[in-house]
Amino acid sequence: MNADACYTYAVARPFDVATIGPVRGVDDAAIRLFRYRDIVAVSSAMPPEAAEEGALRTRLETLESMEAMARAHHAVVEAVVERAVAIPFRLATIHHDERRVIGMLRHGHAEFDATLNRLAGRVEMGVKVYANISAPPPTSIVASVSDSPGRDYLRTRRVERNQRERGSRQAVDVAERVDAALAESAVERALHRPQAARLHIDRAENVLNAAYLVEARDLPAFHTLVRRLGSDAPGVRIEVTGPWPAYSFASLDSGGEP
Amino acid sequence: MAGVLVRESGLGRRALSIDVVAGREVALVDVLDRLLADGVVLSGDLTLAIADVDLVHLSLRTLITSITGEEEQ
Repeated sequence: MNADACYTYAVARPFDVATIGPVRGVDDAAIRLFRYRDIVAVSSAMPPEAAEEGALRTRLETLESMEAMARAHHAVVEAVVERAVAIPFRLATIHHDERRVIGMLRHGHAEFDATLNRLAGRVEMGVKVYANISAPPPTSIVASVSDSPGRDYLRTRRVERNQRERGSRQAVDVAERVDAALAESAVERALHRPQAARLHIDRAENVLNAAYLVEARDLPAFHTLVRRLGSDAPGVRIEVTGPWPAYSFASLDSGGEP
Repeated sequence: MAGVLVRESGLGRRALSIDVVAGREVALVDVLDRLLADGVVLSGDLTLAIADVDLVHLSLRTLITSITGEEEQ
């Protein structure tokens, strides 16, 4: 009987865990599979004291420790999807013991099975559209040629603001076009909330933060389409990430939670 | 000016890239978009059950504060 808690990264079709090699889980724990019929839970052990709610909360509230957990989680899921179809789990999905993990597989088998079938051969692509804000005019020059610097300052600010608003309206229109075209080409589409501008290196305004579920064999066509849409879209910048494991499309088919 | 920037995901050997930004790792914020807001969410039998919004909110606040050094209210 194992007293350790179980951190679970994904549910997948069975694969040889030995091939996962150097990839380790959260806190460098070894990856283990729990199998039930034709599905496995990809997990690692976690000491009970680290798995209790207070300890987890503290960990998630500190950026460094949350990032370490998120990166370890993501690394495991990436390793898994290279070997088998998988349903990624939310960060910090932790059961009290392995018996409960197996219970989850048993009770949720029909849903896991249907979801794995839906995700097979498909990958997630992330697409973000940013408004390209033109640089504000140099205020010092404007101020120096006038005897009313205060009024000029305000006028400059107003011009800047109008430019920004126009730019962002235009970007939203472009983003809607881009999204419609990509959604049309994809199997499914999911929207994330736009990221805060201050998280971006240039503080650019994120007007679309979307994910598309794409047949892996259609990836070249997807890239071609994005490139065409990008060259056709003045005033925005498009960022593509992926292929990702299908995090954004992992909701279980036919409801019924275990 | 329009541009297309493509980042390769961590182990994305299957990535067919247009313009891969060399050596750049997957942005934490993109990982968190997915790990906190998405992924299968189970109910019951877990050691920690934080409402979705709480977790996302909490972590993004931590992230923003840490990156910009700004104090969030």
